[in-house]
Amino acid sequence: MKPFAYHQPARIPDAAKLLTSIEDSKLVAGGMTLIPTIKQRLANPAALIDLSKLGNLSGITDDGATVTIGAMTPHAVVAASELVQTKIPGLSALASMIGDPAVRSRGTIGGSVANNDPAADYPAGVLGLGATIVTSTRQIAADKFFLGLFETALESGEIITAIRFPVPLKAGYAKFKAPASRYALVGVFVAKFADGVRVAVTGAGPGVFRVPPMEASLSENFDPTAVAAIRIDTDGLTSDIHAEADYRAHLVTVMAKRAVEAALS
Amino acid sequence: MSNVIGIGASPKRKEDQRFLTGRGNYVSDIKRPGMTAGVFVRSPHGHAVLRGIDKSAALASPGVIAVLTGDDVKADGLGSLPCGWGISDAKGVPMKEPPFPMLAQGKVRFVGDMVAFVVAETPEQADVAAELLAVDYEVLPSVVGVLEAVRPGAPQLFDDVPNNICCDWELGDKAAVESAFKKAAHVAKLSLVNNRLIGNPMEPRAAIAEYEPGTDRFTLWTTSQFPHVVRFLMGALVLNIPQHKLRVVAPDVGGGFGVKQFHYGEEAVITWAARRVKRPIKWVASRSEGYVSDRHGRDHVTEAELALDETGKFLAFRVNTLANMGGYLSTFGPNIPTNLYAPLLGGVYTTPAIYCNVKVVFTNTVPVDAYRGAGRPEATFVLERMVDVAASEMGIDRVEIRRRNMIPKEAYPYQTPVLVQYDSGDPMGCLDGALVAADVKNFGIRKAASASKGKFRGLGYSTYVEACGLAPSRFAGRLGARGGLYESATVRVHPTGQVTVMIGTHNHGQGHETTFAQIVSEKLGVAFENVDIVFGDTDRVQFGMGTYGSRSLVVGGAALSKATDKVIAKGKKIAAHLLEAAEVDIQFEAGKFAVAGTDRVKSFEEIAGAAYVPHNYPLEVLEPGLEEQAYYDPVNFTYPGGCHIAEVEVDPETGTVTLVNYTAVDDVGTVINPMIVEGQLHGGIVQGVGQALFENAVYDEGSGQLLSGSLMDYCMPRADHMPMMNVATHSTLCTHTPMGVKGCGEVGTIGSPAAVINAVVDALSHLGVTHVDMPATPNRIWRLLQNASLPVAAE
Ligand SMILES: Cc1cc2nc3c(=O)[nH]c(=O)nc-3n(C[C@H](O)[C@H](O)[C@H](O)COP(=O)(O)OP(=O)(O)OC[C@H]3O[C@@H](n4cnc5c(N)ncnc54)[C@H](O)[C@@H]3O)c2cc1C
Repeated sequence: MKPFAYHQPARIPDAAKLLTSIEDSKLVAGGMTLIPTIKQRLANPAALIDLSKLGNLSGITDDGATVTIGAMTPHAVVAASELVQTKIPGLSALASMIGDPAVRSRGTIGGSVANNDPAADYPAGVLGLGATIVTSTRQIAADKFFLGLFETALESGEIITAIRFPVPLKAGYAKFKAPASRYALVGVFVAKFADGVRVAVTGAGPGVFRVPPMEASLSENFDPTAVAAIRIDTDGLTSDIHAEADYRAHLVTVMAKRAVEAALS
Repeated sequence: MSNVIGIGASPKRKEDQRFLTGRGNYVSDIKRPGMTAGVFVRSPHGHAVLRGIDKSAALASPGVIAVLTGDDVKADGLGSLPCGWGISDAKGVPMKEPPFPMLAQGKVRFVGDMVAFVVAETPEQADVAAELLAVDYEVLPSVVGVLEAVRPGAPQLFDDVPNNICCDWELGDKAAVESAFKKAAHVAKLSLVNNRLIGNPMEPRAAIAEYEPGTDRFTLWTTSQFPHVVRFLMGALVLNIPQHKLRVVAPDVGGGFGVKQFHYGEEAVITWAARRVKRPIKWVASRSEGYVSDRHGRDHVTEAELALDETGKFLAFRVNTLANMGGYLSTFGPNIPTNLYAPLLGGVYTTPAIYCNVKVVFTNTVPVDAYRGAGRPEATFVLERMVDVAASEMGIDRVEIRRRNMIPKEAYPYQTPVLVQYDSGDPMGCLDGALVAADVKNFGIRKAASASKGKFRGLGYSTYVEACGLAPSRFAGRLGARGGLYESATVRVHPTGQVTVMIGTHNHGQGHETTFAQIVSEKLGVAFENVDIVFGDTDRVQFGMGTYGSRSLVVGGAALSKATDKVIAKGKKIAAHLLEAAEVDIQFEAGKFAVAGTDRVKSFEEIAGAAYVPHNYPLEVLEPGLEEQAYYDPVNFTYPGGCHIAEVEVDPETGTVTLVNYTAVDDVGTVINPMIVEGQLHGGIVQGVGQALFENAVYDEGSGQLLSGSLMDYCMPRADHMPMMNVATHSTLCTHTPMGVKGCGEVGTIGSPAAVINAVVDALSHLGVTHVDMPATPNRIWRLLQNASLPVAAE
């Protein structure tokens, strides 16, 4: 680890200002991703700007049609939230499947979404539910936010403050854990709304993506059988020592089926 | 006497008090005055010519004290890391033994090979400087797999090791095997891979070295399973430090599994560097550093053939193995896939003829050496898979074919055709016990229940034997050991009757402080809490070969037992004098020396007191003091074994294998502490299950990069992978160890991989699957099912 400066601003504009004014500075939320990369010297920020003292960034609210989760809300809180369990049980289930208890009590939804790890779980929930990413400067639709491998629409100096989830009729998440890391080898989130179904896949490729044929089929008939025969193309899917692309493609179908089962249960 | 806790009791472990309250003392807990920090610069390439190293930027970096390279080692005229075993081929030609320099010279041969050592005031400064070291590599193609390494045209690691073959070794009667094959009614064949493993002790390796100019003495604190052996190998053979000027301390060590039973270059470099910089230096490996430098285990490719008569009796067994040694020969390296492998290919069966050829091969990977079980899990896996394949091909039940070939209890001692002679055992008894314990009778009902959920259930057996208690020195010497394998113990009775034991084995999780105290408590009749076990310090303990090969109780415990007997014998002499009786009339029992048939008695404490306050004492014939030492060299290996039964459920949709039941009935001889034995079995089984289902060290052919280079990619078994294990012992007594013990440290790891894979194959056998390589990952099982063209419906 190399030495770095450490700031703990109290207001979002102060945090944004520090972020733009200090070259090579980084926001730190739960630190579950950032700190290990610093320790391994893969990241060497000049300054860390800690978001934990900013007011109002943690917590869950509900206005009937949407559930809003503050960026600094830890995974464990989302997993245990009665509100989320009632309104979007698929999302609390997703949060409960992230990492281990220590990671869930430190790691935050904002950090996970900002990081956009190709095997992370939240991106599937955010894209699958068609959520809105609220930042210090604007609101970004999930469909415009995730730009591929660790890439997002966030601009420099922009801070995620909350994620707003529309409440679906039904939603479910199924995750096939990578054997060693227990991140998603393949994770599929399905959400049924009045105007149709969304299906988002994480783990299978370089970034989270939707599966239009599955969405069309499930919009007709929201049942596991509706996706059981839909195979996705292996083009662009990840192959590594744990799974080749064809196995991942196969798992997308199996996990989609199980996600629908979970949504219906 | 009160508080005697003896053989057969399960007291809570003495050592857990300090471990569970955070009061252990590990190498990285130790701080020395003026201590500096060292880091190793390691090769990022699998194979490269080292063209030059420019130290200037690193030396100029803040806080840097020294930057040392292979050239400095050469300039100081130091030796290379010794190999403790020298094996030979069939013609008696010794193995190729290229030097293993402590810092690379001329070439690097694996990712992680050490290129330089940087010493600085702080670890951060050392890290920064290490990044500034300019190393000029000419990258060469790497070869990582054994099949690739022996192919013509493969990259050559050493100029004088053609085809990368270190030794073309063999054991057994080749001609007898060939003629048996000609007469066979059936020949079963099997090709398999024994996957490469990374040991992953919880505590990474670490070392601190210090040089005292005033006394010209060195101290090395190191995470070692055998500090005396490190002192000998490093002092006598690498650094030329006289033994009396070198102290090696292995304090609390957080697990070893073999990884810490070698003399590593890091130990030699840091000790050498400490004298150069005249300050203590500490190095602590990161987990990632451990992955590319801790010695790996297993890594075989094997072809096996079993000849059978028409009734399924084994006539002959032929095994050809390519064993990966990695880039250099580690301390025990060539011994593991040869002497600890081929002699176990007889298993618990009466196979009359066995031949094994092992080609020991260099590759651009971390050196391979012993990992829990070391050679014996590999042998058991080949044999127990082979038996299942033969049974299925001949249409004989898997249990029945084992019974037909098993050595009956009455036939012990049993001489195998591959050197070893089993002294005792009852494999049939273990099998019968396990069949009941695993409720095999009702397996069909459980299988049907799984089938109704769309899952395939399978049952797998492994009836096995291993050789441990390493080792009879005379025997080992004939096989190429360059050292002895005895053990020593000193029993020091204090004037007040408490006892301190100095023993040459090393406790790093096994519970020796408890088990050995129980032996002393029982034999001397002293309170359990009045016995302390000292180990791991060459200045405090006389000598020792350390802990590995399930040897601590078998060999170390025997030395302890002998030393305790000597204490009793001396005590009797003192008692005879004090009680004015003949020595032959003194009986010692339950902590009391008594004149037979009288009420004249002296307590153990009184005798101890008299020994140290010899006012009324037979000084003419007896020295004062009550302290005895014994060395013990075993006359044979011990042969624990047993029967393991695994039950798995396979989800054909995802290929996931779930271990649903596990039963082990093992013969470990006398059980000193049943709780500790059970714990050893649990841990061993989990590691074997890890090999069977999860763990795999994967290298990239060509670049030599370790692809499974962290816990993110190397899958360790976890608590939620395991069912409750059903573990029992069915013991016969070892006939040649003082207490009848056989050892239990490795049995779990040796018996389990075959049981698990046999269960997986059984679950899939209706689809024509006859073999599954380890680890049986979901991806691999799914692919197998695709190739079996099973209609995997995703409905
Ligand atoms: C052992 C382990 C297991 C894990 N398993 C899983 C798993 O199974 N599934 C999974 O999805 N994840 C997993 N994770 C990752 C975990 O969920 C992380 O918590 C998460 O990815 C990052 O959240 P954080 O709050 O820790 O972010 P940090 O590490 O603090 O930050 C991550 C990145 O996001 C940026 N950032 C943080 N907050 C904001 C913000 N509000 N606005 C803009 N940028 C921001 C930071 O600058 C940094 O670049 C695991 C992590 C560990 C250590």
